[in-house]
Amino acid sequence: MTIIGWIQIALYCVIVVALVKPLGWYMTRVFTGEWTPLSPVLRPVEAGLYWLGGVDPKREQHWLTYTVAMLLFHVGGFLILYGVLRLQAMLPFNPQEQSAVAPDLSFNTAISFLTNTNWQNYGGESTLSYLSQMLGLTHQNFLSAATGIALAVALIRGFARSSMRTIGNFWVDVTRCTLYVLLPICIVYALFLVSQGMPQTLSAYVDATTLEGAKQSIAVGPVASQVAIKMLGTNGGGFFNANASHPFENPTALSNFVQMLSIFALGAGLTNVFGRMVGNQRQGWAILGVMGVLFIAGVAITYWAEANGTTGLNALGLAGGNMEGKEVRFGIVASSLFAVITTAASCGAVNAMHDSFTALGGMIPLINMQLGEIIVGGVGAGLYGMLLFVVLAIFVAGLMVGRTPEYVGKKIEAREVKMAMLAILVLPLMYLGWTAVAVVLPQAVASIANPGPHGFSEVLYAFTSATGNNGSAFGGLTGNTLFYNLTLATSMFVGRFFMIVPAMALAGSLAAKKSIPASAGTLPTTGGLFIGLVVGVILIIGGLTFFPALALGPIVEHLAMTANTLF
Amino acid sequence: MLKEIRPAIVLLLALTLLTGLAYPLAMTALAGVIFPKQAQGSLIEKDGQVIGSALIGQQFTEDKYFHGRPSATTAADPEDSSKTVSAPYNAVNSAGSNLGPTNKVLIDRVTADVDRLKAENPSAPVPVDLVTTSASGLDPDISPEAALFQVPRVAKARGLSEQRLQQLVRDHSQGRLAGLLGEPRVNVLALNLALDAAK
Repeated sequence: MTIIGWIQIALYCVIVVALVKPLGWYMTRVFTGEWTPLSPVLRPVEAGLYWLGGVDPKREQHWLTYTVAMLLFHVGGFLILYGVLRLQAMLPFNPQEQSAVAPDLSFNTAISFLTNTNWQNYGGESTLSYLSQMLGLTHQNFLSAATGIALAVALIRGFARSSMRTIGNFWVDVTRCTLYVLLPICIVYALFLVSQGMPQTLSAYVDATTLEGAKQSIAVGPVASQVAIKMLGTNGGGFFNANASHPFENPTALSNFVQMLSIFALGAGLTNVFGRMVGNQRQGWAILGVMGVLFIAGVAITYWAEANGTTGLNALGLAGGNMEGKEVRFGIVASSLFAVITTAASCGAVNAMHDSFTALGGMIPLINMQLGEIIVGGVGAGLYGMLLFVVLAIFVAGLMVGRTPEYVGKKIEAREVKMAMLAILVLPLMYLGWTAVAVVLPQAVASIANPGPHGFSEVLYAFTSATGNNGSAFGGLTGNTLFYNLTLATSMFVGRFFMIVPAMALAGSLAAKKSIPASAGTLPTTGGLFIGLVVGVILIIGGLTFFPALALGPIVEHLAMTANTLF
Repeated sequence: MLKEIRPAIVLLLALTLLTGLAYPLAMTALAGVIFPKQAQGSLIEKDGQVIGSALIGQQFTEDKYFHGRPSATTAADPEDSSKTVSAPYNAVNSAGSNLGPTNKVLIDRVTADVDRLKAENPSAPVPVDLVTTSASGLDPDISPEAALFQVPRVAKARGLSEQRLQQLVRDHSQGRLAGLLGEPRVNVLALNLALDAAK
């Protein structure tokens, strides 16, 4: 670990915090329908879309209608993406003449992008046409991100409102999010990425003759437009197989730094939207504080583990940390930081190969995902995931002092706690359950690349990443098999929708409640005590759930590594 | 609920066309005008022929060139398309080795590389980036130490003085951005092009 490394990490945190208020201000105005600097241009477009779709932007929806609208939107999105992948051979923008994507891989990829997971069983440059990348993936990157943010805003309305039956209008939220938030940022962002060296072209791959006279075919494509939304929307599905480690998908140290910022920007800004909408910005800062504590701890451990290197490399006299699977321009610190950010948020883009991380360095990304990606989290998804934990923490605190728990003026009662528990329990059921199945089925075991405990980690990581809608991988595992395509798709689906539906039910039941003023008996939810309480509940629930599985994978591997045991 | 079906279809199609076609195509047009070179992949031409991209590493094996990092990319086996064979710096199939820290295959490979490099230059410690594969398999850079480590071999093959090559490496080393972001590095292709020009 170096001083300059820590300065890079500190600089990152400072800029993220500085972005929170401006983004929170802007997004709050967007979602409450107030005037924004972009309104003169976008209002007519927005109105045109509502007119076409027959949407009355003033008419709000009950939580059930809101959820059904969201699900219908997803069914359509799935059909488009699946169709484009299956038919890409016959469609335009296919200079490399890629053939149709196989049915199970198309199914997996469609579910994967629909759920904001972006698990890459597909190979990017070796599998997909430019049309599939644009009309299939880029578009779904936008829509799954917009949906996540819309749902978080709906849940915030649940907390902020008093005695109301409605939680907003899904169509309005999605349209506004896409037009006012995602598209404008992406246009500027994509141009910046091109300036750094990211290709943006529809030309076919380039054939080069290298200095030594060999032939090298170089994949290019409309990369920048996709990468902008991939990062901003915490989607993470790469244009190229190697994702953000590919020099075309992350050309410079600056592009890397801005990509890391863009993963956290909207998610962190949403905590401020929460604070503003419930009428006290300090409520939002407290939530961000909980996320910050967990984040810094994770960064410190991964950076330490990677900088120390592995026993095997050190024994050969190689100094400089574990550089296997990392790029020189990023080095140890930017690779470690990126890995923690991408799994804290549910992004899943990678600028280094997590499979080649040290046991403990790779365990932190795994833990981040198993905690439910609530450390800033996916755009929207992170906030509603965190609010579920807050509900539980408040409930636990209420039990300790024997009072009805309340949060931002809402009584937390049996229904809320049940919904929160349902959402939180379904995640381990998926990733632990499928991992158990996969390690006993011979055809699943055959996909494992690394022997010993690391192989177990690969399988656990795959199902955790899918369930958490992250999409990063211990990439050695051969995921493009019938078994994994189907089971991972199931995990992604359940991990997304069995979290969303309870969260929306919670939003509906909270919105219907009366707001009660804070009294002397109310637990203050803006201070250090509250932050400590929520961090504690997250670690206890998380720890009890997945520690046994971690012990079989990364922990035993770390012990083996220190004893210099190879497999 | 049924009245949600019309917006579901109409808005989905409209937003799909907007974000899936209009946006990427408009960005392609804009980028092509503002940053034409980068948008095409930062290609390098020599005598009218594309010799590669400034951002994509390529394989060097001859003694007279500086070598990049080991690459784990593969290609389909020409004899049996269900299998893959090693194809370093295959820029249409980026990939890392994905070998874990306790995998014997990894340690054996690194050990062999270290032994080979030690024989080539016994006077300096082996830089770690020269014996580990990159994440993309297309890393265009090596650390300045890794370039300096190769100077004796290249000097011998070219009949140039070591001091001159060390100067060349230093001239082509890039520092951290603003002294802060990223890591010091040398672009191998740019260095080798300069080397050819330095005759």
